[in-house]
Amino acid sequence: MELLEKNEQVQTELLRHFENKIEKGDSIEPRDKMPDGYRKHLIRQMSQHAHSEVIGMQPEGNWITRAPSLRAKQILLAKIQDEGGHGLYLYSAAETLGISRDEMISQLHSGKAKYSNIFNYPALTWADIGAIGWLVDGAAIVNQVSLQRTSYGPYSRAMVRICKEESFHQRQGYEIMAKMMSGTDAQKEMAQDAMNRWWWPSLMMFGPHDSESPHTGDAVKWKIKRHSNDELRAKFIDKTVQQAEVIGLTIPDKDLKWNDATGHYDHGAIDWNEFYKVISGSGPCNHQRMEHHKRVHAEGAWVREAAEAYRAKQEKQLLHS
Amino acid sequence: MTKEEALYKYSLKMGDNALVHSYRLSEWCSNAPLLEEDLALTNFALDMIGRAQAFLTYAGQVEGKDRTDDDLAYRRSERLFTNSLITELPNGDFAHTIARLLFVSVFERYFFTALQHSSDTTLAAIAAKTLKEVKYHATHATEWTMRLGDGTSESKKRMQAAINNLWMYTGELFETDEADAMLQGLNIGVDMPPIKENWLQYIKGTLAAANLTLPEDTFMQTGGHKGIHTEHLGHILSEMQYLQRAYPDAKW
Repeated sequence: MELLEKNEQVQTELLRHFENKIEKGDSIEPRDKMPDGYRKHLIRQMSQHAHSEVIGMQPEGNWITRAPSLRAKQILLAKIQDEGGHGLYLYSAAETLGISRDEMISQLHSGKAKYSNIFNYPALTWADIGAIGWLVDGAAIVNQVSLQRTSYGPYSRAMVRICKEESFHQRQGYEIMAKMMSGTDAQKEMAQDAMNRWWWPSLMMFGPHDSESPHTGDAVKWKIKRHSNDELRAKFIDKTVQQAEVIGLTIPDKDLKWNDATGHYDHGAIDWNEFYKVISGSGPCNHQRMEHHKRVHAEGAWVREAAEAYRAKQEKQLLHS
Repeated sequence: MTKEEALYKYSLKMGDNALVHSYRLSEWCSNAPLLEEDLALTNFALDMIGRAQAFLTYAGQVEGKDRTDDDLAYRRSERLFTNSLITELPNGDFAHTIARLLFVSVFERYFFTALQHSSDTTLAAIAAKTLKEVKYHATHATEWTMRLGDGTSESKKRMQAAINNLWMYTGELFETDEADAMLQGLNIGVDMPPIKENWLQYIKGTLAAANLTLPEDTFMQTGGHKGIHTEHLGHILSEMQYLQRAYPDAKW
C-alpha cells in the first residue's frame, strides 16, 4: 500500500514537472514523463505528417518521367527526394514516442492513421507540379514554420530542418508557374487551370474553422499547436494573393478582398462538404494512393526479408569468428 | 570521319547512356521496397541527369549547330539515340534493377577512371566528377547483390534470374567503333580491352562472394550504339518528350 502511494506521488511529481516545462516553454524530450494524451496526440500528428510526406511523393512522382527539360526533371526529382527524407526524419522522430515505423505503416494501411487530404487530388498537367510546389508546399510551410516552436523536442527539431528545404520547394513551384505565365497562351491556360483546381483544396489543408476543430483544445494547452487553423490560413492567403498578382494569375474566389480592419484578406465560403467527403475516402485519388502504397509495400517484402536474413547471417558469422 | 564528328558521337553515347538509365531509375520513385532505397535509386538518377547534361551540352558544342542538351534529349527520335540497350530495358523487379546497376556502374567505374586522363580537358573533367558518383553506385549495387544473393532462397532465385536475363546485354558495353578507335589513337578516348578484363574480374568475384553463378557465355545483343534499339526505347521517348513535342514553341 505504502509503495503504491509512493509510486502515485512520484507520478504526480513527474507530471507536475511536465506541466512546469510546458508552462516555461521548455521542450519535452523523449525520456520525460508525459501524459498519455500528449503522447497519443503526437503519435497521431507526427505519423500523419510522415505519411503525408511519403504519399505526397506519388502525385509528383507521376510527372518525373514527363518533366519538360533536364533542369526541370532534376529539380523535381530533388524535391521529391527531400519529401522522402522528411518522411524519414518524421518516422524517426515519432519512433522516440515508442512506436515503430512498421506499426505506423500498418496503421496507415488499416486506415487508422491518415495523411494529408490534399494528396487525394490528381496531378493532371505539368502546371499541377507548379501548383503543388507553390500552393501545397506554400500552405505546408506556414504550418511547419509554426511547428518549429512546438513543445516536443524531436518534432520541433525535425521541423527546423524541414522548413529550410520547404522554402526551396515553394520557389520551385512558383518558378514553374511564373515561367508558364510568361509563355504561350496554352501554357497560361494550363497554369490558370491548375490554380483553379488547387486553390480551394490548399485552403482546406489548414483544417476546419477554429470553432469546428476537434483537436485544438489540448494541443494548444500542451503547446503542440502554436497558432489556430484560421490564423495560419489567413497568413497563407495574405502572402499568396500578392504572389499570384505578380505573375498574372487570378485567384478563383470572387469574394476575395482586402479588409483594412482585420489586416487580412476576406475569402469566400469554403466548401466543407467537399472537404469531409474527400477526408472520408470519396476523393478522386484516395483509393489509388492507398492501393499504390500497399502494393509497393507488399511487392517489396521479399527484398526487406532478404536484407534482414543477410544481416542476421553476417552477425552470426561475426559472433563465431 | 573528322575528329569533331567522332567526339560528337562519343559524347552523345555517354550522354544517352546516362539519360536513359536515369529515366529507368527515376521510375522507382515511390515504388521502391523501402523508403531508404527509394531515396538511393532516385539519387543515382539525379547524378545521371547531371552527367547527361554535361555530356549532351558538350556534344552540342562540338557539333556546332547550336543544339542544347535539352534539344538533344527532347527533340531526337528513336534511331538517333545511341545508348546501350541494357539501359533502356524495363526495370523488372528490384533484382533486375540491381543487376543492371551492378553491370553498368562497375563498367562505368573502370571506364571513367581511364577517361579522367583524356587529353580532352572537358571529357577529363566530366569523367573525374562522374567517377566519384559511379564509385558509389557500384558499391551500392555490389552490397545489394550480396544481400540478395546470400539473403533468402527467394531473393537468391530472383537475383540469379536477373543476372542471367541481363547477361546478354553486357557485351555491348565494351563494343567499339570507328569513332572510338580514332579517339583512342588521339589519347582522347579510352582503351577498352583492359576495362573489359577488370570488369569481368570484378563481376566474377562479386557473384562468387554472393553465392551466385556467372552465366555461361552466350550470344550478345548489339545495336544500341547504331540506333537499333529494343522496342522499349520508343515508349521512353514518347513519354519523356511529350511536352516538348506537343508544345514546340513553349519554354519550360
